[in-house]
Order: sequence, then structure tokens, then C-alpha cells
Amino acid sequence: MAAQSRKEIMAADRRALAEARLAATPMPAASGWSATPRQEALSRLIDLGLPHRRDEYWKFTDPTTLSQPEPVKAATFDPQETLIFGGVDRLHLTFVDGVFDAEASDSLEGEGLEIARLSEAEAADIHWAQSLYGTLEARGQQPVARPLAALNTALASDGILIRATGKVSKPVHITYLHNAEASDAILHHVVKVEAGAELTLLENGPAAARFNKVLEVDVADTGAFHHIRAQGRDHERRAVSHIFARLGEESTFKSFTLTVNGVLTRNEAVIEFTGDDAVAHIAGACLGDGDFHHDDTVFITHDAVNCESRQVFKKVLRNGAKGVFQGKILVKEGAQKTDGYQISQSLLLDDDSQFLAKPELEIYADDVACSHGSTTGAIDEDALFYFLSRGIPRKEAQSLLVLAFVAEAIEEIENKDLAGELTERLAAWLQRHSG
Amino acid sequence: MLEIKSLHVKLEEEDKQILKGVDLTVETGKVHAIMGPNGSGKSTLSYVLSGREGYEVTEGSAVMEGADLLELETEERAAEGLFLAFQYPVEIPGVSNMTFLRTAVNAQRKARGQEEMSATDFLKEVRAKAKSLKIDAEMLKRPVNMGFSGGEKKRNEILQMAMLEPKMCILDETDSGLDVDAMKLVADGVNALRSEGRSFLVITHYQRLLDHIKPDVVHIMADGRIVKTGGPELALEVEHNGYADILAEMA
Repeated sequence: MAAQSRKEIMAADRRALAEARLAATPMPAASGWSATPRQEALSRLIDLGLPHRRDEYWKFTDPTTLSQPEPVKAATFDPQETLIFGGVDRLHLTFVDGVFDAEASDSLEGEGLEIARLSEAEAADIHWAQSLYGTLEARGQQPVARPLAALNTALASDGILIRATGKVSKPVHITYLHNAEASDAILHHVVKVEAGAELTLLENGPAAARFNKVLEVDVADTGAFHHIRAQGRDHERRAVSHIFARLGEESTFKSFTLTVNGVLTRNEAVIEFTGDDAVAHIAGACLGDGDFHHDDTVFITHDAVNCESRQVFKKVLRNGAKGVFQGKILVKEGAQKTDGYQISQSLLLDDDSQFLAKPELEIYADDVACSHGSTTGAIDEDALFYFLSRGIPRKEAQSLLVLAFVAEAIEEIENKDLAGELTERLAAWLQRHSG
Repeated sequence: MLEIKSLHVKLEEEDKQILKGVDLTVETGKVHAIMGPNGSGKSTLSYVLSGREGYEVTEGSAVMEGADLLELETEERAAEGLFLAFQYPVEIPGVSNMTFLRTAVNAQRKARGQEEMSATDFLKEVRAKAKSLKIDAEMLKRPVNMGFSGGEKKRNEILQMAMLEPKMCILDETDSGLDVDAMKLVADGVNALRSEGRSFLVITHYQRLLDHIKPDVVHIMADGRIVKTGGPELALEVEHNGYADILAEMA
């Protein structure tokens, strides 16, 4: 028998990982409309196997703890941190260790809204989410495989299905809580923003010791979706999340993520423009200390005319923290007048921290304006001296400069009250972690 | 107010001596000017007094109202009442001028054991002072010095000085980059702050700023030392004859 090639060995390793993970995770009873997409996702997963370090898009981030059968343990709550977005007039939903908590949630009703739990809605024969569940995830598997997302579609134990039919004034706010040390939550949300409708989704909380989340978002023509999430209560948690979005004509998609703490966080966003004149902004800021590892991986596909995409990512790292950014703008043939912008920057507060960036542009249209940039730097000594010379103590001055550094990403949030709340959260974190 | 004795300073990285024995006494309530050609050490003196890194004091002392400046951190010197108006104020994106000023005012009050200023009181005061310096209220909301013209930056420095009410103000070539009108405005701001308990050290290349800020004493600095001291007439002499005569006299 001929010796196995390296490629074949890797593929076998990936499949073995997937089989071990599947064996350790309860398979939801599949009936109703979700049975087919779940089964298809399972096939994708078995074909792809689970990622490991030798894969191109995992070379900066070791996926072992996200892929292995058992979750690692994580402490459950940092009592110093209060709930973010608590003061906002919103429709509040709660998940505890990946299970929807109806008692701790508002009723699933809102003007211009249709909301259901995945675990309840999927038993029906037909549902509006049927055309989306697993569909955007499957489309997003090209050109890069995302097997952890396929795993999610196949195994998700719960999630929220949100359909906005008009301009929804109150944001929908999902809080994730984490009570069990070795919890392993797999949640899959689907959002459909109908033509002309508008929705804001807020998310926060650590969810579980290990969290795998997929958010599929379909924004129809002239619809608008705003997404703001804050993650970072428990430091030991491992989390991978995927956002798959498809944008119709003249639609808007804006997503911002703030991350503080976390041993391993991988946020992937896969955005596809299918209608002309649409806008997608995706931004993130993170502050990491010690064994923090944070990875933003973004793929934007322009397949329509005159669309604008912006990626703004800022990472502040110290005491050995590691940040990763991988971002690609793909402009397909015919996607003329594309305006693509991508910036990833890190502020390293000491010599032990590390930022790894892989910005990419792939352009097949000839009338586009695309730019990308990535920088790594330290605190500006001139600026620091200016602050000190005005009597501002060193730690406070550094905090102000750190906030100034991440401000460009936070400015991507349109709602200034929510942006202000996130800035306050960051300032509090800096105060607690100063020194 | 400020007593500098035999101050010797070298650049930390280059082993290059910049100040070679500066002796200077600024009395309380007085305005002293330091003039001198480029490279004479004027800006270095201002940086060393305010505690900028990169300089090593090899000899001498600098004492402000009994406080040994050289023993204090930069922010502590500011809290003691030392203020440096920068020649080139740094632009800081992401921090509003208002936040910066309020943080500075309250940090200094805290360091002195005073109560922090309330948001309302601060706003009232900063608006009044900005108005007198012809600073647009909108400018206060903008990031520190971002997109400001040269004149706006200098007026912003004077606004900070007015809000922080320091005892000892050092103006490092505040006239550079200013047109006549802007210079007059800045000088008026400084003059309004002159008081019996406050001293100034005005570092300048030219006489023209001193037309508006009348100094009590003028020093000429060259090659890291004060080489001549006199009254306001000394500045006029420099204006007419340049530094050559004075330097030749000293040689």
C-alpha cells in the first residue's frame, strides 16, 4: 500500500477530531424543518473534519480547546462587573449555560418583531427561518472552510430566531450567563430583517466555559441591522463565534464587538454583498492582559455594485497577551465602484505582547477603491509626556491614551449612548487592571 | 519662586552635554524672558524643568518654592504648580479637549487635597475662559489639538494655563508659528494671568512677543549657559544687533 501523503494524514486527523467531538456532544433530536439543514451540516462537518494548527487560517490560533471533546473548566462570574446595556429600554432575553431561561427573559413579543426559540420552533413543519438556517453558514464555507460553524449548525441546542418586519424601536438584548464550570454551549441564532425594516441586537456575557455561536443574518433590500456585543466576564472561557451575513440592495449591516478578558476568543465574520449600494461596517476593540488570546477573522465578499465595506479593529495588549487579525476583502468581477477599507491596529503596552496580522485584498473589478493597513505600536511618548505635564498621573494618562486608541473602532457604533456605555466599561476595566 | 543653580544636563542617549551650568532665579510675580540663538539649550531647559525623559542631570539643582523639582515626577511637578506651554503641542486623536482639561484640573486638585470640580462648575469656567481667548466652544469638543491651526494650538495652551492656574509658567517659544494677531491674543491671555503670586519664564527667539508681554528681566542664553542678564532693553539690543555682539563680548 502506498504511504499516505501529508495531506491525507491531516484530513484523517481532522475527521478523527470531528468524530471524537461528535461522540462527546449530544445530538439534538431532529424533526421538523431543521432536520435537513442539520443533517447537511453534519455531512459538511464530517467531510471537513475539525481544524487544527496546521490549517492556514488557524496558524496563529490553536483551535485545540475549541475542537477537543471535553470543554475545559472556567470560573463562572466576576462580581465586580455589572450587566452592560442594563439601562437601555430593550427586549431582554437570557441564556444560562446555553439554555434559554424564560423566567429571566421578557416575553417573546415586540412591535415589528417575530421571535421564537430555535428549540421550540424547529419542531414545526414550516418556519420562516427554514430558508436561512444553515444556508448562510453553508455559503460561507467558501473559499475557506469553517467546520466549527458547521458543527454548530448540526449540534446547536438552542438559539433565537428573530424576524424584523418594521423599524423596531427597542433593541433585542441577549445576555449569556455561565453557571457550570465545564459547560459547553452551542447556540445558533437566525435574524431576518425584512425590506425597509430595522433592528438592533445587543449581546453580552460569557455564555459558558466553552461557547460556540453562529449568527446568521439576512438583511433584505433597504433593511438595516445593528449589532453590538460585549464579551468578557470570565477570563478562562473559550469562545468561537461566527457571523454570516447576506446583504440586499441599499441595506446596512453594522457590527461592533468589544472583548475584554478571555483565554481564547475567535470571532469570525463572513459578509456577502448580494445587492447594490449596500453598506457593511464591522469593527472590534479588545483589551487583553496575560494569557489572553483574541482572534478576529473577517471575510467580505463584494458581489454587487457600489457597496461600501469597512473593517476597523483595534487591540490593546499587555503582559504577554496575543492578538490576531485576518481579514480579506474579495471583490468579484463586476462589483464595480466597491469602496473597501480595512484597518487593524494594535497597541502593545510592553515587549511581551504580540500582534499577528494578515490583511488581504483580492480584486477582480477594475473600478474600485480598496485600501488596507495594519500597524503595531507602543504608547506615544510625546502624548504621554503632554498628559503628565498637565498633572495627570501616569496610569490615568495611559488609560486615556488607550481609550483614544480604541475610539476609532467605537465610533463605528451609531448609537452614541451605547457607544458611551461601552467606553465607560472599558475605562472601568482599565482602572481595575492598571499597573 | 524658581531657583536654578549650576544646572548641567546631557542627552541620555548621545552623551552630549546640552546645559553647561545654568544659574537662574525667577522671583515670585516676575516675568523673565530667555532669548538666545538656536541650539543654545532654551527648550532643553524647559523640558528638564518639567521632567521630560531622555535627559540626565549631571550636576546642579532646580528648586521651586522649596520643592526640589528634579526629585519629582512630571505630574508631581505640575501639581506643585509648574506649567509648560509647548512650542509644538501634540495632537491626540480620540480624547476630547474638554475631557483632557477636566481630567487635568481634577488630577491636580486631587493631588493638592482639594475637592474635584463638578461638571457644571468646570463647564461654566472653561466656557468663560475659552471665550476670553476667542476659542470656539466647538473646539473644546474636538480631540486635543487635532486639526487646530498654529494659533489655535497656542491659544489652547494658554487656556490650559488659565484653567490650571499654575504658579510658575514656562512658555517655550510660544511665538513660533503665530501671526501678529494671534500673538497679540496669546500675549493678552498671558498678561491676564500675570499676578503677584505667579511667575513666568518666557522663552523666545525674538523681541516681538516681548512687545506684548513686557518682561522684568531678560536673559541671553548661549551654548548651554546664561551669558548675559539685563532689563527689557537687552531684548531691544538683540533685536537691533542680533546675538553676535553679545556672544563676541562673552568670548
